[in-house]
Formats: sequence, structure tokens, C-alpha cells
Amino acid sequence: MLVNIRPAFVIARREVRDQLRDWRIIFPVLGLTIFFPFLMNITAKMAENFVSQYGASIIADRMIPFLLMIVGFFPISVSLVIALETFVGEKERGSIEPLLNTPLKDWQLYLGKLLAAIVPPLLSSFLGMAVYILGLRLQHLNLPELPLLFQIFTITIVQAVLMVSGAVVVSSQATSVRAANLLASFIIIPIALLIQAESVVMFWGNYQTLWLVVFGLLILTILFIRVGLAHFQREELLGREIDVLNFRWGWSVFKRSFLGDARNIKVWYLRVLPGTIQKMGKPAVVMAILLGIAVYLGTLQVNTLPPQIFKTNRGLIDSNLQDLIHAWPLFSIAPVLAIWWQNVRVLLLSLVLGLFSFGVLGVMPSMATFAILGYLTSMFAGTGIPVSHYLLGFIVPHGLVEIPAVILAGAAVIRMGAILATPTPNRTIAEVWIACLADWFKVMLGAVIPMLLVAAAIEAWITPRIALLLFR
Amino acid sequence: MRADGVNPEKMILADQLTKKFDEFIAVDKVSFSVSAGQILVILGPNGAGKTTTIRMLTSILAPTSGRAEIAGYDVVKQPDKVRASVGVLTEQHGLYGRMSALEYLDFFAQLYNLDKKLSQKRIKELLGQFGLMDALNKRLGEYSKGMRQKLALVRAMLHDPPVLLLDEPTSALDPESARIVRETILSLRTSDRAVVLCTHNLVEAEYLADQIAIIRYGKIILNGAPEEIKKAYFGPVEYEAHLAAPLNGWMAEYPEGITLVAQGSDWLRFRCENPQTANPVLLRQLLSGGLGVITFKDVARSLEQVYTRAINQADGEAPNAR
Repeated sequence: MLVNIRPAFVIARREVRDQLRDWRIIFPVLGLTIFFPFLMNITAKMAENFVSQYGASIIADRMIPFLLMIVGFFPISVSLVIALETFVGEKERGSIEPLLNTPLKDWQLYLGKLLAAIVPPLLSSFLGMAVYILGLRLQHLNLPELPLLFQIFTITIVQAVLMVSGAVVVSSQATSVRAANLLASFIIIPIALLIQAESVVMFWGNYQTLWLVVFGLLILTILFIRVGLAHFQREELLGREIDVLNFRWGWSVFKRSFLGDARNIKVWYLRVLPGTIQKMGKPAVVMAILLGIAVYLGTLQVNTLPPQIFKTNRGLIDSNLQDLIHAWPLFSIAPVLAIWWQNVRVLLLSLVLGLFSFGVLGVMPSMATFAILGYLTSMFAGTGIPVSHYLLGFIVPHGLVEIPAVILAGAAVIRMGAILATPTPNRTIAEVWIACLADWFKVMLGAVIPMLLVAAAIEAWITPRIALLLFR
Repeated sequence: MRADGVNPEKMILADQLTKKFDEFIAVDKVSFSVSAGQILVILGPNGAGKTTTIRMLTSILAPTSGRAEIAGYDVVKQPDKVRASVGVLTEQHGLYGRMSALEYLDFFAQLYNLDKKLSQKRIKELLGQFGLMDALNKRLGEYSKGMRQKLALVRAMLHDPPVLLLDEPTSALDPESARIVRETILSLRTSDRAVVLCTHNLVEAEYLADQIAIIRYGKIILNGAPEEIKKAYFGPVEYEAHLAAPLNGWMAEYPEGITLVAQGSDWLRFRCENPQTANPVLLRQLLSGGLGVITFKDVARSLEQVYTRAINQADGEAPNAR
């Protein structure tokens, strides 16, 4: 193993040495590791003095770890520039081909570049944090507690690896440094939002939540590294020359994936769609398990968030159901469309979230819905109403169609992430991405949307009437 | 067969090698083989498919169809072994400007997993051979274009590979440096090494080549030893005799195998199938006829003429090929 990893270290060592000889990298890093932490120390001291006058020392208490996080983050931002350069910069300078001609394995080259982009900024980040902590000591300000310090260091590492791994993916797939810099917005904007979210959590003081953030980021980081390795191809690196958005090519890839070999809708329904649905088997199992977990977590929440407004009152349920049946007469279209659109909207949101997170966040909207389901089930159980009545009266009739549809749609999003993280030697990352999108559309248009329409009709016309029978 | 199992007759083998980029056919069923001790020169205009062929031979590009072997290793199935067996001089040198020559070569020696002591010795040998010893510790950013080209060549030869693929090795060099590189390439033509060289310099090609392949629109349109391909295009070798006296209607019976091509008052040009036997006979006849021979030499037929004719012919056959 060590012998195999050695070439990666050789690559990393060369690159780090090269960086250390570049004043355009050294000066900003030195500034951010020596000057900036002192500035933050002064800010922390001034803030403490100011807020103490008004007895709001808690703000200073929260600000000190927050500033530590910021001090750690700033040098990492330099890593983005280095990481974006790794492959595409060498390609532009013509130095990548001699490297590709050596017996290096793809993963060794990729890992070497990744290490080279991570290690120096991370070390400077630690140095900056150390300077900041030293400054706090000298100013007799309270240091954050050890677990919190550990947490901030962990966040810094994970954030650095996440940013760099994302940027290296961009660099290995971009056609020019210019294109890579433009694509960097897809990293900078989410990271900026993440920092803001982390800031809120830190001022809120809910440090337990920060661990969840770390965990989520860690998963994303692993996926980014996996995607980068899976789609790193020597051929692609040298083959792509032009930065042109080729809609015609994109459309033809989409069309080919969507239609398969079908020449008419019958063949598409009988052969192409079942083939795609078959591919959703494993992701569907994963999705079903995740929804089960969501239900379970939802049931647990009754203890932490006890219901305040609901009391066992069969008469109230009965009258509410009467009102509902009155509002939704049999065969009225409006409620069906409203329910259907609501469900489709949730699944569209899943797609959007899934696209930017390798499917990870794509399961969240459905999981949240199922967690509420679990919560309500548990709540009914606590109020003496039989759970079976609640399930049979409110969930099962339309759920028999709706739940499989949700699982199928979720599976298409999970599969998208899984395939992106799988090596596809003869296809580019763009081709894979478009083909996955085509599969999602296939599943949605061919199965999920019609199923949701049927489920919405049952939910509007049949479910309330069954519930009324049970709760009368 | 060599001890390592490699067939020296086929150190480099391309068999129906094809590369498509979407609908574009960059290399179209290219076949050739290069034996150990041979230099194959690939000629062709820009965009003809030379670099793509080289990249397939180095396992960077995967062939769409066909196969290729380098030193007995399959370029698709054994890419690591292929890359360890070739030294490549790429079109762009791609040196790292902030490194010294020593650091740069040491870096590549590590990537090729060479022994530290041996690699240091070889680095110094090669740098000395190319006259770069004085610039050993100079930053590569300060190197001239020619020095960079030479250093890139040193990098390609560093691990002493059995196969060398050289893309325009003398393109940026001054005449003296180009001569050194050409001589070096000739010296590399050892019994256990094969060389493929791409160039636009036809004089250099003629000087170095044991075999020439002209490539156009991704296809090899001409392949063979320089004399063979000249013969294929111009027919047998032509000779010209300049005489001390006018021919004055001298019409000897020409020896068998000699065909008169043109003549003037005191000169004649003829084509000869078998110069070893026919030329001495003709010479004797001229002398016995009292026509003193001032010069007697073969008519120069340049590779340039062959190249131009082959390319024009290919263009004529496929005017809309690209």
C-alpha cells in the first residue's frame, strides 16, 4: 500500500514545493495566518468590552469561537485557487501530458494533486488559529472549551477537504482555467451559505447541531472525492479543448437516453420504462429504508415536542371530516389537482436538492414528510385512538399508490448520486449526468406522476370517507 | 524472441488502430510495425492524426477499435506497463518553470521509480550529452526554447525505455542543437530500441528514417522505406550522364533494362532497373563511342516531391474529407 501511495506523495511534494516558491500564494497566506488573527483578536477584545457594558457577555462568549472558525476558514479560501488550477492549469501550460505519460495510476495522480491542494492551506489555517488562540491568551480573554475547540478544528478540516475536493473535480473536468474559475461559483456560493448557517448555529450555541453539520459535510466530501476519482480520465483531460455550451449535443444525449430504442409510446411503455424501473431496485430499497428510519425518528419526536393543541375528541375529528367531505365532493377536480401538485412539487424540490448533493439532500423532503407521519402516528397512539384506525383512515387508501411513487422518485434521485460516484470509462461526467436526468424524467413522466394523480384522486374522494366511517 | 518475451520484430505494433471523437474520425485503421533498431518517421500535415496516434500508443487515448502493442504490452489492457516502456517527447514541453533541471528530472525519475543513485548518474550523463550540464541548477523558466526542448528529450530518455515516441524533436532548435539531437536519435537506434518520430522536417525525416509513413485524414497513405516509396512514386532510379562531346546523333543500342527518358546535345537521362549490371555496360559504350563522360550520377528525387504528390493525391481523392 505504502509503495502504491508513494507516487502520490511525489506529486504532492513537487506541487507543494512549487507553491512555496510562488509569492502570489505565500504573501496572502502569510497575511491571513499572521496579520488577520491579530485583527480578529482586537475585534474580539473590542466586542467583549462593548457588550460587557450592557451585560451581554454571552455575545462575546459566542463571538470568540465564531471568530476562531473564521480565522481558520480564510486561509482555506486560498486553497480554492490552488485546487482549481491543479489539472486544468497544468493542461493549459502543457505540463500535464508528460505526467500522464508516466506509469502513474489515475488515482495516484488524483490523490497527489488533492493532497497538494489541501495540506498547505490547512497547515496555514491551523497556524492562523494557533496565532488567534495565543492572542486570546495574551489578552486574557476566555478560551473556548476543549470540546468546542476540537469541533472547530474538525469543521475547518472537513470544510477544507470539501472545498478542495469539489474544486479538484471542477479542475479535472473543466476545459480551461477560465471555465474552472467560472464554475467555482458552484463551490463558493454553497460554502458561503454554509458558513452563514454555521455562524447562526454558533451564536445560537447549539454545538450539538454543529456535529450534524460536520457529519453531513463529511458525507459530501467523501462523495466529492469518489466522484472525482470515478470520472478522472486521462483521455478527457486532453481531449476536451473548447468551452462551448453545446445544447444540441446535450439534447441528443437526453433524447437518446429518454427514448432508448423506442419508436412509439407503446414500445416506450412496455420496454424502455420497465427497463429503467428495474434499474431502480437497489436505490428503491435504500429509499424505503430511509423512509422507515424517518418514520421511526418522527415517532420519537413526540417525547421531545409534545403536541399542545390536539386532544382526543372523536366528535371534533368527525366534524372536521364532515367539513372536508363537504369541501371535497366526489369527482371534484380542484382538490385532486391541489394534492397532486403539492406532491409533485415536493419531488421536484427533491430533484433540485439531489442534483447539488449527489442525491443526499434529495431524500430530505420525503423523509421530512414521513417523519411527520411517524410523529402523528405516535401522537394518535398517545391519545388513545387505535393506530390502525389512523393508518387505515388517513394513510393507507391513497398511500398504497402514493408511497411506492415517492419511493420510486426518491430512488431515481439516489441513483443519480450513486451513478455520478461510479466510474464510467467510456462516458463523460456530463453524459452520465444528462442520462441520469433523463432516467428521472422517464420514471416521473411514465410512472410517478400518473401514480400521484391516482393517489390524489383517492386521497380527495375516498380516504376522507373511509376515515369518517372509522371515526364516527 | 528476446529474453523478456518481446518480439524484436514488433517492438511497436499498430493494427487497424482507429480513434473517433464523436462522429469525427481522427485516426482511421492505421497499421504499422516498427522493429527494434528501426526509426519510423510519421509525416503529415497538421491535424492529420499523428499526435492522436502517438497518444494511443502511450495509452493516454483509448482506441475506438483496433489494437496496439508497445514492447509486447497491450495499450488497453496493460497501460501502466506500456507507459513504463515508452519515453515520450510531447509537442509541448510542459516544464515547470520554478524547478531546476536537476529537480525536474529527479521528480520524473521518482515517478518512474528509478534508483536514486543510478538516476542521478544518468541525469548527469544525459545532461552532459546535450550540453546542459552548466544549466543544471538553473530555473527552467530561464531556459531558452532550445534548452527546454533538449531537456524534454532528456526526460523522455531518462528511464532508458525500449520505445521512444518523439513528436517534433528538433522543431525549436538552432541548427547546431538540431544536429546534436539528430545524432542522438541516430545513436538511439540500438538493437533493442524502436523509435517513432513525428516531424514536418522532410530533410530530417529522410536523414533519420528507416521507414516512413505519410498520414492524411487519419489514414496512412504511404508506408515504407524511403527508397521504396520513392520508387513506388517515380519508378526506378534515374541517372544522368554529361558528356565531353556532343552526342551528334549517337544512338548506341542501350543495354537491357535502360530506358532513355530525355537527352540534350551533350547529355542524356535514363531510367535503369538494374544499375549494378546495366550502368557499367552503358558507360563502356559511351567511352568506346568516343564520348568522354564528365559526370555520371543519379537524379536526386526528394522526399518532398513524394510527400507533396502523396498529399495532393489524397486531397484529390477526398476533397471534402474534413
